[in-house]
Amino acid sequence: MTVGVLPKVVGKRNAAVQAKIPCTVREGFHVNSDKPAEDYLIPLKITWTQTGALQPQPATFPAPQFQKYEFSQKPLSVFTGAFDVTANFKVAANAPAGQGIATGRLSYQACNNTACFAPKSIQISIPYRIE
Amino acid sequence: MSRLRLTAALAGVLLGFLLGSCSSAPRPARAALKPDKERPAAPDFTLKDANGKAVRLSDFRGQVVLLDFWATWCDPCAEEIPWFMDLQRKEKDHGLTVLGVSMDDDGWNSVKPFVAKIGINYRVLMGNDETAQLYGGVDALPTTFLIDRQGRIAAVHIGVADRRDIDEGVEKLLAAPQQGGRVTRMEKQPDRAGRIVLAALAPGAN
Repeated sequence: MTVGVLPKVVGKRNAAVQAKIPCTVREGFHVNSDKPAEDYLIPLKITWTQTGALQPQPATFPAPQFQKYEFSQKPLSVFTGAFDVTANFKVAANAPAGQGIATGRLSYQACNNTACFAPKSIQISIPYRIE
Repeated sequence: MSRLRLTAALAGVLLGFLLGSCSSAPRPARAALKPDKERPAAPDFTLKDANGKAVRLSDFRGQVVLLDFWATWCDPCAEEIPWFMDLQRKEKDHGLTVLGVSMDDDGWNSVKPFVAKIGINYRVLMGNDETAQLYGGVDALPTTFLIDRQGRIAAVHIGVADRRDIDEGVEKLLAAPQQGGRVTRMEKQPDRAGRIVLAALAPGAN
């Protein structure tokens, strides 16, 4: 999976702000959705390490696809192709005006039709400006 | 040759073996057993089982070993596990040992409950990167190696295998001639230390 360019977030104190994280899964592969069909499967997840003046809120994921694979007894909840994950923040009430960067990682676990690959993380950095 | 160079050489041989076994088709092509002369030695390793006991691959020399690299988060691996349980049940007295090597990062915390839930009846070991590297990296799970009685890799299946390939491969390896003779049956007999071991009998031996 790859992540495209992340746009700068601009907001005022107490405002809700969003950043779209464009994701692409290579053809023939899938990643588990944020709510996999089985509890032992590893979900797509954002973990923030530093957000500065932005207060992280639950991310918004697209509706998953339910696909049946040769190896699965029942359809799996997955993401394929290109999709956006939306990172949601609230600007802190006492946030100083200026710029910063929120950093975190997007973790995922990919499979194709016959095999799975070790869980991985992609570092993400979202630049922001508080007005 | 230094240990590092030996390991690198083995990894190279295995990588070539793996690539030779791969197919670009969505489902791996049916992988026949490699001819005797083309089988690389299975690198030895020592890993711990759920009870903390060290298990060495070379302890199973003389038996056919089905070595399955897997993880709890791998759905295709879960598809194969019941097949391997069947094989373990049917063939353990004929000289087959199934070994599952878990590649879960969080160790036994995930693996023990999974093993209990599924009721896995064969030995599960906790893998590590060093062992995976010995076997070509094992980037895709499941990856299953069939190892003959001489400790050589006879087949590799990357991804979910065709069950017939696994069954037929195991059957052929169990029936294959031993060095210097044909294996007609297996018999339990005590070794010098008094432990019961499986011994291959050549024709005419009793």
